[in-house]
This record gives sequence, structure tokens and C-alpha cells, in this order.
Amino acid sequence: MTWFTFPGDNLLCRCLGISITAWLTLLFVFIIVPAVLGVSFGIRRLYMRTLLKIFAWATSRMEMGAKEKNQQLHKPYSNGIIAKESPSSLQQELQELRGSASCPRSEPEFEMADIFYFCRRGVESILDDEVTKRFSAQELESWNLLTRSNYNFRHISLRLTVLWGLGVLIRYGILLPLRVTLAITGISLLVVLTTLVGFLPNREENKPKNGGICVSNHTTPIDVIILANDGCYSMVGQVHGGLMGMMQRAMVKSSPHIWFERSEVKDRHLVAKRLSDHVADKTKQPILIFPEGTCINNTSVMMFKKGSFEIACTVYPVAIKYDPRFGDAFWNSSKFGLVNYLLRMMSSWAIVCSVWYLPPMNREEGEDAMQFANRVKAAIAAQGGLVDLIWDGGLKRAKVKDAFKEEQQKLYSKVLVGEQDEGEQSDDMHLEDENQEEDENPEDESNQDSTKGQ
Amino acid sequence: AVGPKGIFRVIERSEQWSVGELEPEDFGAIRELSMNPIGDRIISAFFSPGKETVDFASFVRILAHFHPTETSRSRDGVQPEPANSRTRKLKFAFQLYDQDRDGKISREELLQVLRTMLEMQVTEEQLQSIAERAIQEADLDQDDAISFDEFRKVRGVDLIRDQIDNWEY
Repeated sequence: MTWFTFPGDNLLCRCLGISITAWLTLLFVFIIVPAVLGVSFGIRRLYMRTLLKIFAWATSRMEMGAKEKNQQLHKPYSNGIIAKESPSSLQQELQELRGSASCPRSEPEFEMADIFYFCRRGVESILDDEVTKRFSAQELESWNLLTRSNYNFRHISLRLTVLWGLGVLIRYGILLPLRVTLAITGISLLVVLTTLVGFLPNREENKPKNGGICVSNHTTPIDVIILANDGCYSMVGQVHGGLMGMMQRAMVKSSPHIWFERSEVKDRHLVAKRLSDHVADKTKQPILIFPEGTCINNTSVMMFKKGSFEIACTVYPVAIKYDPRFGDAFWNSSKFGLVNYLLRMMSSWAIVCSVWYLPPMNREEGEDAMQFANRVKAAIAAQGGLVDLIWDGGLKRAKVKDAFKEEQQKLYSKVLVGEQDEGEQSDDMHLEDENQEEDENPEDESNQDSTKGQ
Repeated sequence: AVGPKGIFRVIERSEQWSVGELEPEDFGAIRELSMNPIGDRIISAFFSPGKETVDFASFVRILAHFHPTETSRSRDGVQPEPANSRTRKLKFAFQLYDQDRDGKISREELLQVLRTMLEMQVTEEQLQSIAERAIQEADLDQDDAISFDEFRKVRGVDLIRDQIDNWEY
């Protein structure tokens, strides 16, 4: 007890004790209790508005600073750096190249100049391709005072640097500990909370009901939390070890979830059967599935794996769009691990997202699983303002399959022979290629999930 | 045109791959390029014969071929021909065919290109007859190969000169 005799120490201990108590009380009163009860104080909206004003000011300062030095601010276009006209198919471009309408011939007609088309496409893709840019974080027009999202960071003005410094202090000194404490409390309560600010659900009558499947686009692990916030779902996924595994086992005690053993993922029929059984039981909650299979950077929606669309039941699509101005929620799992990612999340200003519940869809007569999947994907992309892409999210890690190259060759050969009904052909080829991919899909999925779990 | 912002993006992209020099494998990371039937040839166009890596300066020099051509350029004979002249662009395309860089597209080289562009979609006989016809139409001096000058005169290639000017980046 000797160390208590020093008066300075005594004071320090008391201060510390008081501040921690005050901290925890504030936390409890202002965040946890309202969250549990569903009440809002309106603090968040005020916070968001203030932040936006500050960001706008910061950007204008940077622009002024750049003008003084006669330089251009690095502003990302959404179109990339290539002056592209409206995208046209291989057939259209080659017809243009040849300059005249081709009539059907029996003998394939080859032009030496055809190579120009492939050459140009090739070099365009070196400079900027549609797929690779979906797997890195989206770029912002205005700076949100996070160094990680700024390419122009140099000393522009004292005021701006001071503001940035203040921002660092606030984010790491106040927001981060706040969220870490929340996280620890939350996990032990089996509810993981991060600062979810600005939850704007629309069309509440379209919420998923029992006996259905809820599908959504996937950007971050937080997607799950956001949707779970608003309704109870059964999750589908691989059994993990460690902290995730413990949480999975705990979740199962309260409601039925479908966790697969790694070996079972390869058996698609078994997976489909378990899903069907769950869905058929009307007392069970709707299943939550992310058909892309991996995290995409929230500017586009990539190919939906058709497995979840083969089951005969109602599908409730959900579109989730994050507002990138406050903090980038995208998890680039090939660049950052989970802990690093959580750290960045918790030291951002806020995570703001919009969730739209879309009207339920059913598979129509004569529509196969892939077409149904594409229809749902188009609806989600349209609502969320995302680009609808046919590319497979698995390309984040895997190399392009030869089937894609073959498709290009098929298209070209059709031009030579002068086929007229190109439209149907390309659709058929997409389906064929996906069928070829089918058998390799479970492998890809298990590869992705295993890396995600680490 | 690749302005300052464009250069920034190009630098960023090469930083994604490695620092300093690029190897052919680095280009493999570009998905759309792997799908392109002549993707491998385009990649090898960046590497000088015998060299296994390309540095940033050479990389940009090759890309410069695709800058739009200025139509009004005074030829005073003293200036070296700019990278983006029509001739240079045609030369780039010519070298996609002429892999051994001997200045002529031989029958075999033409067949190889046709094979990569069409692979399993046509039979070997069809490939041979396409190549045969292309050479017959283009080969003016009857040496069974297509030189660069003959290439420029091929139907479609000379018409394309206007199209090449639209290769804008």
C-alpha cells in the first residue's frame, strides 16, 4: 500500500477512476441502451452534417493550394483514363473496321487488319481494365481527412494540416478507444457493434419472410451485421476455427444456422439439400446468402454463383451501398488481414450505408438458374447505383480461365463466317462457360472461404 | 490523351506489380489481357528481343505509340519520327505478326497468328486456306512473305489508317 502515500499518485488514480467511470456511463447511456431499444438521439445526423462541411472546406483549400502552384489536383474519373466511346461488341467493332456490311459466306473471310481490334483492346486493358479495378478501394472526389484516401497529401496550408492533426487526435484518441471498448463489450454480449451511423432502410414492407432466401451484394464483413440488425437470418457459411468458430457455435444455440464442414462444400447436392430443407420449414428464419462469393469494392456487382438460385423458393434481394465519403468499408482481403481491417474501420470517421429491400422475386417458367441470378443481380445493381458486371468475383484470386479466351475466339470466328444472330450466341456462350466452371466452383469457393477465415 | 493524370494512373498500375522493372508474368495479373487471344503477343511487344524485363521508361515509350497522331506536323527531316506517327503504329501492328523481327511476315508466322485468334473454331485446312489467300492477295513481289511495305498496302490496312488515329488514351 506504500505507493498510495504519494499525493500526486492519489490524485492521478482518482482522476483516472472518475474518467473511466464517466466514460463507461456515457457509453452505456448514449450508445448501448438506445441501440438495444432502437431509440435515436439525432446526434449522428448532426455529426455527419458537420463532417461533410469540414470535408468540403478541406477540398476547396487543397484546390486553392494546387492552383497556386499551377498543378492539377489528382481527381479520379469514374471513366478511367481511356477515351472510350460507347462499348460495342466484337462483331460491331470489326464490322466498323471493315467498313462494309458483310454477307454470309461459306468460306471464312479473314482480313489482316482484324488484328488492330485485338491489339487496341489489349493495350486498353493494360492501362485500365474493368475487373482489376473492382478489387481495390474506390477513389474519392473530395478528401475526407484520412491520409489513406488522399493522393495529394503534401503541405498545402497550416490550417489544413492542423485540421488533419486534430482529426487524427479525435479519431485515434476518442473514436478508436470508444469503438474498441464497444467491441469488447459487444463481443462479450454476442453482439458486435461498430459505429454504424446513418442506417436508412427503405421499403420496409419488402423485408424477407420465413421460408425465403435473402441475397445481397457483398462488400465487407459488416454487411452481415447490418442486415442482422434489422431482422433475424440464418447464415450460411463454412465452419471456421478460433474466434469466428466460437461465435458460430454460440449463434447456433440461439437460432438455426447452416455451417458447413470444409469437405462438405465440395458436395453441391448436400449443400443444396440442406438449404432446401431449411427453406421448406416455414417456421425457420430466412437464409442470408452472398452469391458473389467474395468482397467487391462497392462500385459494381459481380457474377452471382447460381447455386443459391437453384432452390425453388422466393428470393428477397437486398442492395447495400456504402457512402465512401466517411470511411471506406471495403475489405481488400489480399492486402489487409482482419485485424488490420478492423483497426482501419474503427479509426474512420463513420461507416454510412444505405440498405434497400427490393420486392421479392421468383424463378419464372423457362428460366434457368443462371438467368434468374442475372435478373436478380440486375435489380440489385439498378437500385444501388452499381455497375452490373458479368465477371466472376473469383478472379480476385484466380487466373482467368481459358474458357473466356475461347469465347473471344468463338466470337471472332463467327464474324469471319458472317453469322447474323450474334445476340443469342453470346448468351449461349456465357451459359456454356459457366457450366464448365461449375465443377471447379466448389474448389474456388472453398479456397476463398479458407483465406477469408484467416 | 495521357495527360499528367493519366501518367499518374500508369505509375500506380505499375506499382501494383513490382518496383522498377516488369516481367511478362506481371502482365498476367490483368484479367482482360489474359482473355485476349493475342494477349501474349502484345505483352512480348513490350520486351526487347532477348531482354526479360522492361523498365518504366521503355514501357511508356511503347505506350506512346497509341497517343493520337497530330495531323499538322511539319516535316523538316531533322526531327526524329515521333512514336505516335502512323508509320510507327502500323509498325507496331506489323510486329505482332512478325515475331522474329526479320522484317517479313512468313506463311508460318501468319498461320501462328490465325491459330491463336481462332484456335479450335476452324479446322487446320481452313486455316491453311485462309493464310494462303491472305498471302496471295498481299504478296506483290512474289517472295512468299509479306514485307512491311506490302503490309501497308493490304486491303483494309490502308483504309484503317484513319481508324488508327482514333487510338486515344
